[in-house]
Amino acid sequence: MKKALTFALMDPPFESERSTTALRLIAIAVERGYDVNVFAYEGSVHLPFAKQQGHPNGVHGRDLEEENHPLPKEWISQLMQVAKDKGGRLDWINCGLCVDERGAGEAIEGVRRGTPGDLLKWAEESDNTLVIGTR
Amino acid sequence: MAKKILNIVESAYRAIAEEQDDTIIWITTVLKKNGGDITVLLKGNAVNYVVKDQKAPALSFGDWEQTNPPDIATDMKRLVDAGAEVLYVEEDLADRGLSGVGMMDGVKGITRSAAPKVLMDYDQIWHW
Repeated sequence: MKKALTFALMDPPFESERSTTALRLIAIAVERGYDVNVFAYEGSVHLPFAKQQGHPNGVHGRDLEEENHPLPKEWISQLMQVAKDKGGRLDWINCGLCVDERGAGEAIEGVRRGTPGDLLKWAEESDNTLVIGTR
Repeated sequence: MAKKILNIVESAYRAIAEEQDDTIIWITTVLKKNGGDITVLLKGNAVNYVVKDQKAPALSFGDWEQTNPPDIATDMKRLVDAGAEVLYVEEDLADRGLSGVGMMDGVKGITRSAAPKVLMDYDQIWHW
């Protein structure tokens, strides 16, 4: 039977491994065709921020293209596509107030603005909810 | 029927100066007011949230002065008034020398050894 999972995230990108770990768990779920909901709270609204940009890295001796810097917005976009290909979905809601605080309104396609009420609704509808809070 | 959620709060005083509240206590209050069946379990440093007599001074930088510094005691009262059951781990309170300190009304202590049984009463466990 198809599962539905909800994730509540808090961490911003590029600060710890917690966000990457969360996205890896989400990747497993979407690969299995599960329906996945992500409620991005606080700093995690920057994970799908559309203006993320890679950069060259002089220490690595690589230009922009060679460096191919990882960008969480691209990971999320890929995960949304995988979900679609596998017959599931990845629905992502950014906490609206958290977005406003951070000026993070420009998100990639597929990301919606929402409220804590969305988290509650998803939790009620899901098989389980995993919270990955900031430590 | 609403799922029963146990919201474990362990990280305490996280960004409260900027947010002017604890964001997890805040979101829990919102969820409770939205009809969520949510209990809060305070553990670790977050047990300090049951202490009634606490106050954060307002920040100021240059000409900017904070007019609404965080008020955890009032926010906790709002949470209880919204109907949320609030539990705390008694040993965590004792470890921090807070046993017997004036505590807010409407909260209930549980022992560490009782915690696993408490967890079994819920459909979902959220750990912040």
